Amino acid sequence: MASAAQRRIKSISYAKYGYLFILPFFIVYFIFQLWPLINTFIISFKGNGNAEALETYVGFDNYKAILFGGENRAIKMVHQKFLASLVNTVILWVGNFIPQIILSLSLAVWFTEANLKIPGKGFFKIVMYLPNIITAASVAVLFLQLCGEAENGPGALNLLLNKMGVVSQDATSEKYDTIKFITGVWQSRGVVMFIQTWMWFGNTMIMLMSGIQGINPSLFEAAAIDGASSGQVFRKITFPLLSPIMAYTLVTSMIGGLQMFDIPYLYHKDPNKVSDNLKTVAVYIYEYFHDIVSPKMGYAGAASVILFFITLVLGCIAFYLTRDKDEIAKKKQRKKIAQQAKRESKQFGGLSI
Amino acid sequence: MSNMKSVYGTGKDNYTAKIRLKSTVLFIWFVILTIICLLPIYILIINATRENSEIANGISFIPGTNLGKNITKLFKDVNYRTVYDVWIGYRNSLFITGFATVFTVFFSAMTAYGIHVYDFKLKEISYTVILLVMMVPVQVTSAGFVSFMLKLKLTDTYWPLIVPSIAAPAVVYFMRSYMKSSFPLDIVEAARIDGCNEFRTFVSIAIPMMKPAIAVQAIFAFIASWNNFYTPNMILISSKFKQKTLPMMVSAIQASDKFTDYGAIYLAIALSILPIVIVYILLSRFIIAGVALGGVKE
Repeated sequence: MASAAQRRIKSISYAKYGYLFILPFFIVYFIFQLWPLINTFIISFKGNGNAEALETYVGFDNYKAILFGGENRAIKMVHQKFLASLVNTVILWVGNFIPQIILSLSLAVWFTEANLKIPGKGFFKIVMYLPNIITAASVAVLFLQLCGEAENGPGALNLLLNKMGVVSQDATSEKYDTIKFITGVWQSRGVVMFIQTWMWFGNTMIMLMSGIQGINPSLFEAAAIDGASSGQVFRKITFPLLSPIMAYTLVTSMIGGLQMFDIPYLYHKDPNKVSDNLKTVAVYIYEYFHDIVSPKMGYAGAASVILFFITLVLGCIAFYLTRDKDEIAKKKQRKKIAQQAKRESKQFGGLSI
Repeated sequence: MSNMKSVYGTGKDNYTAKIRLKSTVLFIWFVILTIICLLPIYILIINATRENSEIANGISFIPGTNLGKNITKLFKDVNYRTVYDVWIGYRNSLFITGFATVFTVFFSAMTAYGIHVYDFKLKEISYTVILLVMMVPVQVTSAGFVSFMLKLKLTDTYWPLIVPSIAAPAVVYFMRSYMKSSFPLDIVEAARIDGCNEFRTFVSIAIPMMKPAIAVQAIFAFIASWNNFYTPNMILISSKFKQKTLPMMVSAIQASDKFTDYGAIYLAIALSILPIVIVYILLSRFIIAGVALGGVKE
């Protein structure tokens, strides 16, 4: 029997406390996230340059300039720079995602394989995650030092490659035939891709591992009893059942790739000038709104809105594809079962058993 | 009979041999990956102890003898101290990171608690909104954010770096899932019967019960805020040296022509990652477990 106090409590409505508890979150969210997002949309329709221009509405001019360019040389540059930044972003993302996912997936499978006797798994995991927690700005400057050439020397990485016999040294002048890891187009991109992979493969590996551990272990046992090879287990069990998490990884990595900023922004020797081969969309936007002399808020806003919609579409596509596959398979199975049940019931003269 | 036994026996031996071979090959591969992961950091530490000319002329895996001189140069030389002052950097980064971390975990726990414990009309909608905004990248809102902060005259202050951490959708999501699995609502009712008011129930009953989730999220919030270069760099526009965070100072090395001593440069980079590496070494087990639980990807 409920006590008087218990009954009284049941009759009190606590709804107002619910609102009170979530209020700080939503106030801060509206001021510092939602309004800035709306504000980005608003400034994308305003001008660029001085204070007056920043307050004038220009309609879709910024979008036109970014997406299609124009006769004016300055506007043409805006368009070309945007296209270049988009290409750079895609190149850098693909170049880091493919090695990253291959590495992470294979490592995750090997780490979770029960019959392999590898000592120190915990240690390996900890070491492989380490690069992810180190300040990206420091990582960029560190690699800049390692890959760069000193005034009177070839730099650490070139020296290492020389010892390994990759980089040759001229016998008479003692000059090294160095690889230009900072100024070269593909060399610098390669280094940035390497840094991104180096920083993120541990994180992806651990997420995929927790996904594999979430798969029903009896499936692996059954496969082992049936004599399936580890390749078969991967193709028939691990990979299909892992696809939702793979999709999640793909989406977060894509969104992360579109945000790529710290390392491309800092990986250059020329002070205050980001390398053109590494300018990502995030760097492009940043440079426009951070221009202290004449802020190009309009272009920055319009590019941000375009980035927003790209993110939205990518997210939707990836989630739609994976969810649909699962659903289709389930539907097919359900249909099959229903058909079989029908057939069976016909066999037994329409009697349901 | 005996024939069959021998067949079975060799089969088993074959199997174990195969497993052993695979394990060995993989072990070697893991060791190679470990070396790749650690080599840049190892060279960083070694070079921080070596002299400028040594670094230019060759790599070494044995520590040098120049650490003291590098420290003196970095801490005492005016040319270096106007670009990179590790104490000011630590102080500023710690100030921002400390407040941001506490705000993130406290208010996220509070929001998750509000949604989990109480029944109200907008409950489901508010949770859906939180899930939706989880995916919006910072870079998308930053142009509007900066222009809004300029209008409020909040640029060059720490407010825009600390206060927004109150609204961390991913952390709320994590806390809510944790509460679902390990925070029974009966406890709240019991507290009510004992005359505990709602806010106190949250602070002195819910928060202690959620310690594991709070600890994991606090670690991640700390790392994310400490490593953040993008937001401080866009908010602290006037580049007053006394205000800069540590990642901003490290990035200034790269643009500076005053920094010419490689030993000092490596030392400066090493000092900038030292606190986070110490935190990682102490808490790595929690961190790995937290990532596995679906920790947030930056």
